[in-house]
Amino acid sequence: MSGTTLFGLCAAVLVGLGLYGVIVHPQVLRRVVAFNLLGAGAFLLFGVVARRGAEAGMGGDPVPQALVITGIVVAFSATALAVGLLLRLRAVRAAEDADR
Amino acid sequence: MTFALAVDCGLVVLVLGMAIWTIAARTTFPAVAGFVAYGLLLTLVWMRLAAPDVALTEAAIGGGLTGVLLLGATSRLRATAQSAAAERPSAPFRLIVAGLCTLISAAIAAVVLLLPDPAPTLAPEAGAKLSLTGVGNAVTAVLLAYRALDTLLESAVLLLALVGVWSLAPDRFWGGAPRSLALRYRDGSLSLLGQVLPPIGIVLGVYIVWVGADAPGGKFQGATIIAAMWVLTMMAGLQNPPELGRAWVRLILVAGAAFFLAAGIAGFWLAGAFLAYPPGFAKPLIVAIEAALTLSVAATLGLLVAGPSARPVRT
Repeated sequence: MSGTTLFGLCAAVLVGLGLYGVIVHPQVLRRVVAFNLLGAGAFLLFGVVARRGAEAGMGGDPVPQALVITGIVVAFSATALAVGLLLRLRAVRAAEDADR
Repeated sequence: MTFALAVDCGLVVLVLGMAIWTIAARTTFPAVAGFVAYGLLLTLVWMRLAAPDVALTEAAIGGGLTGVLLLGATSRLRATAQSAAAERPSAPFRLIVAGLCTLISAAIAAVVLLLPDPAPTLAPEAGAKLSLTGVGNAVTAVLLAYRALDTLLESAVLLLALVGVWSLAPDRFWGGAPRSLALRYRDGSLSLLGQVLPPIGIVLGVYIVWVGADAPGGKFQGATIIAAMWVLTMMAGLQNPPELGRAWVRLILVAGAAFFLAAGIAGFWLAGAFLAYPPGFAKPLIVAIEAALTLSVAATLGLLVAGPSARPVRT
């Protein structure tokens, strides 16, 4: 088995682990972390596909690599939005509890 | 077993171990710390997959900025952690979910093992047209020439996410500054770091943007490092986030996407298609777009970490 295939199998396990965390964790912040874990696994699958496409003197197919770079940046902005929503939700709940 | 394969096996064990820790840790802080370590380990995996451009992005964003964001949220959410722990789903439910997730992992693993051989690849085509773009790094050529539309949309998505975060501010604070990022328990060392590191980090960030045309690097990686330096000075209490309603803040944020869009529209007249570059001018245009995007992306990432307005506008 090559190292690339090994990383592919690792990515498969990471997706499953992340999904489990997203469904099972009671705390929303932990779900956000688990979702990022899942996402990193999905990106890694792209990396494996890119590495298998190594040709023409390049270490890997540059198209999936570029997609992953875009994906990592978008995943960060989505995480920032999720964290923002979470903190706002907590502030609103705290204000409601104080009113009661 | 060869040495390289042994290294890969060791890396996989570390990555999986850290991932399990991140999911299984009882409290949030160790889980987030585990996630940062997980991001740094993935950086090594990306190097092993011969993708240094992605490795730089993962190290800067996956391990760095996401870590800062999540750690900040952890410390602000600490009080709710206890009450939520009681609502843990029952053991049978968790067992069923674990079974289904294992199935999904097995299906993906099967796909990985059954990938076609030889693998389909666009590398020869990307390499063949590289001389026309004038850049030497094929990943940069994909991001800013072949698939420039994706990158343009991405810079718009970043702004949309920021608008989303800003819109969470209470009405009375709209246009005001976000809450201070300064750590409560800070000593001289953080202040020193906040003064010594940014000059080096900013030069490094600009360098990574510049070499990105021909070597591993690029605007996202460089911009993230610059953003991290900005966040560091804010955390050290050396400066506060700007008021979000200021015209100059808005201008810096949209400058990159606006310039990119203008260059794309100019392509209609100069090269006959949207986002097409006139022959011979591809490289200078790409470098100019990267420079404009770097400033905007760095500002956007920094303000995404800073969060929505939390203070009234000073008059």
